[in-house]
Amino acid sequence: MRAIQYAAPSTVEDAVAILAEHGSDARMLAGGTDLIVQVREDARDTGVFVDAKKIPELMELSVNADGSTTLGAAVPCHQLYNDAHFTATYPAVTDAARIIGSTGIQGRASVGGNLCNSGPAGDTIPPLIVHSAVCNIAGPDGERTVAVEDFCTAPGRNVLADGELLVSLTLPKPPAGSGSHYLRFIPRNEMDIAVVGAGAWLQLDGDTITAARTGLGAVAPTPLFVQAAGDALVGMTADEDAFAVAADIARDAASPIDDMRGTIAHRKQLSYVLTQRALRGAKARAQGGSPTNGH
Amino acid sequence: MATEILSGKVHVQTTINGEQVDFLAEPRESLLEVLRDHLGLTGAKEGCNNGNCGACNVVMDGALVNSCCVLSVEAAGASIETIEGVASPEGLHPLQQSFLENAALQCGVCTPGFIVAAKALLEENPNPTEYEVRWWLAGNLCRCTGYDKIVRAVLDAAERMRAEA
Repeated sequence: MRAIQYAAPSTVEDAVAILAEHGSDARMLAGGTDLIVQVREDARDTGVFVDAKKIPELMELSVNADGSTTLGAAVPCHQLYNDAHFTATYPAVTDAARIIGSTGIQGRASVGGNLCNSGPAGDTIPPLIVHSAVCNIAGPDGERTVAVEDFCTAPGRNVLADGELLVSLTLPKPPAGSGSHYLRFIPRNEMDIAVVGAGAWLQLDGDTITAARTGLGAVAPTPLFVQAAGDALVGMTADEDAFAVAADIARDAASPIDDMRGTIAHRKQLSYVLTQRALRGAKARAQGGSPTNGH
Repeated sequence: MATEILSGKVHVQTTINGEQVDFLAEPRESLLEVLRDHLGLTGAKEGCNNGNCGACNVVMDGALVNSCCVLSVEAAGASIETIEGVASPEGLHPLQQSFLENAALQCGVCTPGFIVAAKALLEENPNPTEYEVRWWLAGNLCRCTGYDKIVRAVLDAAERMRAEA
């Protein structure tokens, strides 16, 4: 690896000062499972690594007075799926946290890092979208918030300006009678990048859908919030006919490319099938059960 | 106080297998490079050097990690367990004994990573199913055995450890 500098600030203010001074040469280091490999393989030219893990706000995982959850940007995946409250409350996010890389990757890799890497196939991003997460960003001009579906702007790019960092995500408390699920298609059982990923969140009143959100990964330059699919479901009975309507909209919303992992036609069809399955899983969880179609 | 930006040789204090260790390393060096090249702990292996193969697995502050994807300087203040700390003066760890008896290794390059990872699994889940063993070890690649004997060795060790507990 090229020579680098390393700083481990203990406050957000210090981190912002370092990021602002070094501009695009500096980058936050959370689990390092993307950043260290990218710099070692000359895919990214970062000279100053700013360690996120000594800053309390970036390592926070706590429930707020209004029932929402603050998820620090550097909290590792394994901490999330070992947290019973988080797993029960935001199951689509832990579905993703369990399938990113391997156990050894999940020991370090964070949801915030996955988001800031801004890959189109980032597994945690559709789950964050369906859970209406908000990004808490700090920078030289103070703090601002961005809806997670507006965070990524292109492959590997996002709204963070030089000097800014993602401090945490705020996940609203899901209402009673709701559930979520995320799953992806890969050609093997584990340790792979999504050909397509789909997340869904549903709120039910009896059998009637009162609110819904779906998201897709790996079918566009950024992870997609398929707002029309969720909107179409409101007022419908949560059954296969309804899920087919939403899945059709998801297939239309997908604008994938052909690449080594899949073709356009395959990814369009997967957008349909996985949205359908994610909705089934979300429904099962909203009714107190579990998805039956695995991961 | 402004945070110091470290470069060149950095003095790092850490704990490895229960003993305090000091080393000098550049920030660009990985924990794996420090273990192998500076400290003589060559049990952890460099396989892919990009987080895919698990041959460099160590436990850092209670979490299984790929030491190739940890910067040397991140070890400051951490507690690290490597394959060298698995056996005791009394003898091999049950996992090591089970790997031998079940012929769960051929060339052996992946074995330290598998044992460190499997030990972490059994500490969290003393009675895993075959599926859980395969899932947990999905990030450890072996090009010799076809995995079957490794999985059987882990299940066998788990049974022995439960019997002794």
